[in-house]
Amino acid sequence: MDVTTSITGFVALYIFMLAAFTGYEIIGRVPAILHTPLMSGSNFVHGIVVVGAIFALMNATTVLEQVIGFIGVLFGAANAAGGYVVTERMLEMFKPSDKKKA
Amino acid sequence: MNPNLIIDASYFAAAFLFIYGLKRMSSPVTARSGIVVAGWGMAVATLASFLYYFGATKAGNPQATVNLILAAVALVLGLGWAWRSGKKVAMTAMPQMVAIYNGLGGGAAALIAAVELLGAKADGYVELVVTFVGALIGSISFSGSVIAWAKLDGRINKTWRVKGQQLINGTVMLITVVIGAYIVGVAHGNAPPLLVIAFFVGALTFGVLMTMPIGGADMPVVISLYNAFTGLAVGMEGFVLQNPALMIAGMVVGSAGTLLTLLMAKAMNRSVSNVIFSNFGVSGDEQQGEIKGSQKPADAGDAAINMRYASKVIIAPGYGLAVAQAQHKLYEFVKLLQEAGVEVKFAIHPVAGRMPGHMNVLLAEAGVPYDLIFDMEDINGEFKEADVAVVIGANDTVNPAARTNKSSPIYGMPILNVDQAKQVYVVKRGQGKGYSGVENELFFADNTNLVYGDAQKVMVSMIQAIKSLEGGH
Repeated sequence: MDVTTSITGFVALYIFMLAAFTGYEIIGRVPAILHTPLMSGSNFVHGIVVVGAIFALMNATTVLEQVIGFIGVLFGAANAAGGYVVTERMLEMFKPSDKKKA
Repeated sequence: MNPNLIIDASYFAAAFLFIYGLKRMSSPVTARSGIVVAGWGMAVATLASFLYYFGATKAGNPQATVNLILAAVALVLGLGWAWRSGKKVAMTAMPQMVAIYNGLGGGAAALIAAVELLGAKADGYVELVVTFVGALIGSISFSGSVIAWAKLDGRINKTWRVKGQQLINGTVMLITVVIGAYIVGVAHGNAPPLLVIAFFVGALTFGVLMTMPIGGADMPVVISLYNAFTGLAVGMEGFVLQNPALMIAGMVVGSAGTLLTLLMAKAMNRSVSNVIFSNFGVSGDEQQGEIKGSQKPADAGDAAINMRYASKVIIAPGYGLAVAQAQHKLYEFVKLLQEAGVEVKFAIHPVAGRMPGHMNVLLAEAGVPYDLIFDMEDINGEFKEADVAVVIGANDTVNPAARTNKSSPIYGMPILNVDQAKQVYVVKRGQGKGYSGVENELFFADNTNLVYGDAQKVMVSMIQAIKSLEGGH
């Protein structure tokens, strides 16, 4: 009893369209002060490609596929981890000028 | 429990957390929590994807266990390397670091496509075409980002440019697309591996050729463009793998990245195609116009005391400030001015630093609160009322030639109106020109004085001047 649904044709187009508008709306109203962290943050988000690479590697049957898949997971993991660390470091530094800390 | 159900549910959670996280990242107040939220989404999805192991064993793949180990090793290695390098990198080197991480993501998308194509796993025209387009974009993003990284990191200094370059680029692109079209249309995905490899070589070469001629000043726009490219490539390979998490995350980044690229290009008053195909961004020595007036030097201490008795001071920092690592000293000086009752604001040009918003990050690193920092359009009207404007390590972004001189390569670029302040101090190392290689009229203006010296040393002597003044009371 697999629940796997297939995403084909127009369903895929609907997903792409809605996702595209979502991305546009999120970035559209961002102050310039956050452009660099957001570029880095969106860079982190497409690190999700690591999941696809893991899928490809798990289903590899030949040595060639294993090698390519291995490098794919390596790259994807670096994209995700690097994007996260760098973004977090940048955002951590943004602080308002109140003295409420005490 | 059905592993596929867990996988699907975790992808749904990841897609939600990504969008919610990005939304929170769009305000400085909540930004920090935004990346953490998105991080959880990534962790959940990555862990769940290891459940593909059960699918592989069920399908009778004898390599399933080996693959599981390989995946875990690759994940740990990639994560470990990136985590350490990301923690170590200096804030000034951030743009090239983002470039390299982004390129790796594009490479991963291209590699997924390679597995699909070499194993002849994709079938149907739509799937094949999407696989190829994703592979093309991902490969360009990979090799292009590597070149962008090497250039920003100073590993490649030459701007490689030959006659008829666009013809060469066009030919490489055409050959690549023709190979792709042949594999899809004629071979129906069952092409010899050599042909598939030729396709990838072509795509990678194009990425190199496309990036090599672009000068350093334009690199941020290019990195942002490649960021959008990687997003699109990931989204497309997500469709091929029937993975909605990849589709949504990829497309959100694809569109957000495209918009960000357009915003950056607009801030430089140029179109994206202009950035990619024209020759600006490389310093040309031909642009030495005659400018009337002379450069008048000023003593750092005198300038500091002048500011101490001003009522409003606006500071326009540039990349030179960060290169001299003078942000911390600058903020120390600003705090002294604030204690003396001076109103101090920072004015940031959209392309100050090496990426839009990069200057904000560098100031934030020094502890400057973000409510003292203003975007160009918000503060440009205030320079008229300012007693003193201080330019530190900036040049082209304050050059009035952008307003008046039609022959100047930076003509039309919006600039900070520092020249409208009653008194302008320019802190700079020597008499060099800006990134665009254009002479700056501002330095010769009647109300401008130049404080020569390393920005950090200048800031130290300014701090001392104020302190000795206070001590004398």
